[in-house]
Amino acid sequence: MTEIVSSSSPAFVRPAAARRDIGIKRRYAAERRFRAYGMAAIMTGLFFLFVLLWTVLSNGYTAFQQTTITLPIEFAEKVIDPKNERATNPSKLMTANYPLLVRDALVKALGIDPKNRPLVKKATDMVSASARTQLRDIVVANPSVIGTTVNVPLLAEGNIDSANKGQIDLKVEESKRKVNDQQIGWMKTLTDSGALTKDFNTGIFTFGASSRPEAAGIGVAALGSLYMMLIVLALALPIGVAASIYLEEFAPKNRLTDLIEVNINNLAAVPSIVYGLLGLSIFINFAGMPRSAALVGGLVLTLMTLPTIIIATRAALKAVPPSIRSAALGLGASKMQTIFHHVLPLAMPGVLTGTIIGLAHALGETAPLLLIGMVAFVVDFPGSPMEPSTALPVQIYMWANEAERAFVERTSGAIIILLIFLVVMNLGAILLRRRFERRW
Amino acid sequence: MNMMSEAAVEKALDRKMNAVPFKMIGKDVSVYYGEKRALFDVNLNVRENTVTALIGPSGCGKSTFLRTLNRMNDTIDNCRVTGKITLDEDDIYDPNIDVVELRARVGMVFQKPNPFPKSIYENVSYGPRIHGLARSKADFDQIVEQSLQKAGLWNEVKDRLHEPGTGLSGGQQQRLCIARAVAVSPEVILMDEPCSALDPIATAKVEELIHELRANFTIVIVTHSMQQAARVSQRTAMFHLGNLVEENDTDKMFTNPDDQRTQDYIMGRFG
Repeated sequence: MTEIVSSSSPAFVRPAAARRDIGIKRRYAAERRFRAYGMAAIMTGLFFLFVLLWTVLSNGYTAFQQTTITLPIEFAEKVIDPKNERATNPSKLMTANYPLLVRDALVKALGIDPKNRPLVKKATDMVSASARTQLRDIVVANPSVIGTTVNVPLLAEGNIDSANKGQIDLKVEESKRKVNDQQIGWMKTLTDSGALTKDFNTGIFTFGASSRPEAAGIGVAALGSLYMMLIVLALALPIGVAASIYLEEFAPKNRLTDLIEVNINNLAAVPSIVYGLLGLSIFINFAGMPRSAALVGGLVLTLMTLPTIIIATRAALKAVPPSIRSAALGLGASKMQTIFHHVLPLAMPGVLTGTIIGLAHALGETAPLLLIGMVAFVVDFPGSPMEPSTALPVQIYMWANEAERAFVERTSGAIIILLIFLVVMNLGAILLRRRFERRW
Repeated sequence: MNMMSEAAVEKALDRKMNAVPFKMIGKDVSVYYGEKRALFDVNLNVRENTVTALIGPSGCGKSTFLRTLNRMNDTIDNCRVTGKITLDEDDIYDPNIDVVELRARVGMVFQKPNPFPKSIYENVSYGPRIHGLARSKADFDQIVEQSLQKAGLWNEVKDRLHEPGTGLSGGQQQRLCIARAVAVSPEVILMDEPCSALDPIATAKVEELIHELRANFTIVIVTHSMQQAARVSQRTAMFHLGNLVEENDTDKMFTNPDDQRTQDYIMGRFG
C-alpha cells in the first residue's frame, strides 16, 4: 500500500509555477474582514445595551430611595375628635383634620410662629399631602393612639425629595425653582436634628397610582400585570400547544392547513395595537366585559401571544427526530401515546422557551392595553381580574408623561423593576429547560 | 423447487422448510406512494420460526414490503396498499383489525438504533406498559430482565438499568431496541437493515442474536449485505424494481438461483 501511495503521489504535486492563482491571500483577507464586521456588529450591540442600562440605572436608582421627615405627631383629641363622639360615630375618625396635626408638629419642630401663615404654608408644603391618609390610617387602626405623641415618618413632598437627592439646581434663581431658600434652610435643620432622612423606598413597590410622586408606586400595576400573565399562561399555553400538536401531528397537509399556517405566521407579525382594537370590539363592546380590567387585558395578550407559542411549539415538535416516533409507533403505541409519552416531553424545552418568550413579550406590551382602557388612574388594588387595574409598562408610560422631577426617576425605577421581572422570567426559562433536559 | 442442488436438498430436509407453516402470507401486494407505484403484485410468504431475508438493490421495494407487514406505511401520507396480507388467519388490512394490536404482534427494529431518550429500564418496559402486559413492579422487572437476556444485553447493563439508553454504544443500543421489541412478546419481528449503522463486531453480535431469536420468533430482515443474508437467514427473497424476483431457500439462492437477475445481483453485476 505505502509503495503505491508513494509512487503515485508525485503525480498530484504540481510544479509551483503551474499552480493556479486561487487568491489564498484574498480569501484569508476576506475572512478576516468578515470577522471584523462580526466583531463590530457585536460591539455596536453591546454599546447600545450598555448605554440603555446605564441611562436607566443612573436615572432610576434614586427612585428606590425616599426622603422621609420623622416628626413627633401629637394625636391631640381636641383636633381629631373634639366632641368625643368616636364611639357612636366611627366615620368621625375618617374625616378628622389630620393635616392640622402635621402642621402643629412642623411648627413646633421648626420653631415658627403659627400666626405667620405664608411661612407655615411653606413649611407644610414640605410634607406630602399623603400624610393625611397616613395619619388617618394609624388612628383608624388603633384609636387608642389618640392623646399620645408618636414619632411618625412622613413622606417628604416630591420636590423636597428631589432637592434632598441633589436633583434640583440650587443656583437657579429662587422664583424659578420648586424649592425656595427657606425650605432649603429647614431641610438642613431637619437633617441635622435627624428628622429628615433618606431611606429605602418600599412605597414604590406597594403604592398605587398617585398624582404625588412620593406616594406613587407600581403596586397596582404589578398586580394587574400578574393577573394578566396568569391569564395568558392559563389560556395561551394549553390552546397554543394543542393547536400546534394538532397542526403538526394530526392535520392532513392540504391547502387549508397551509392557509392556516401562513395566517398564523402573519398573525405573529400583526401590530399589537390591532389586537387592542380587536379586544375592544369583541371583549368589551360585544361580550360586555368591564373596561380597564386585567381579564380583558389578559385575553388580548393571549391572542397576541398565541402565534408566538404556536410557532415555537411547532418548531420544537418538528425538531424531535422521526425515529422516536417510528420507535413508539412500531411498538404499538397509538398516535396520541406517541405524542404525549415521547414527542411532547422531548419538545418541552422548546415549548417552554417559546412560552416564556411570549409571556415576556406580553409583559412588556403597552399598545393594546391603551385601547381597552388600562391607561387608568387606579389607586386601589384590584381584588380580582374583573376590577380595574393597570399594567407595568402602562404605568411607565403614564409616569413618563408626568411633569414633576420626581416622576423622572420613578419612571426609570419602574423600568428597572420591569427589566428585573424579564430577566427573572428568562432565567426561569433557562432553569426549567435545564431541569427538563436533565430528566431525559 | 424440484431442481434443488444437493446441498439445498439436504438443508431443506434438515429444516423441513417446506413443512414449515406460513406465518404471514402476502398476496398480490402492491404499494403506491401517491401516483408512484413502489411494489407490483408481490406474492411472498413468511414461514414460522424462520429468518426470511429480503435483498435487492436500493429502491427495489424491500423496505416498503417489510413495512406493509406491520402497517408502518400507514404513517406515510398518501401511501396506499392493495392486495392481501394475513398474519396467521387474520387479514391485517381488515378495517376491524386494530393497528395497535397488530404492531404488538408484529414488532419492528429500525435501521438506526432509536432508543427512547429514557432509562434502559423504561425503554424495555414501555411496550409492556402500554399494552398492559404487566401490573406489578415485580412483573415489569421480570419482563425487563428476560427481554434484556434474550437480547444478550443483560450482563452488560444489569448494573445501570436506570441510566439513559442513549448512553450505550451503537451496537448495545440496537440490541436494546431488539429487547424493547421482544418485551411485548411479538410473534413476528421485522428488522430494517438492523446492522447498517453498526461496526463488524456489533454486527456479529446482532446476527448471533437473530439466530437465537429464531427459536421463538419469526423474523423478517431487510439487508444490503449478501453475506449477512447468507449467514442469518433460511429463506431469501430478492426484489428488483418493485417486483419479487425470486424467493427460495437461502442456500439455493446463493449457490444456484432460479432467476438470472438473482445470479447477477449476487455476483455483483448490478445493484
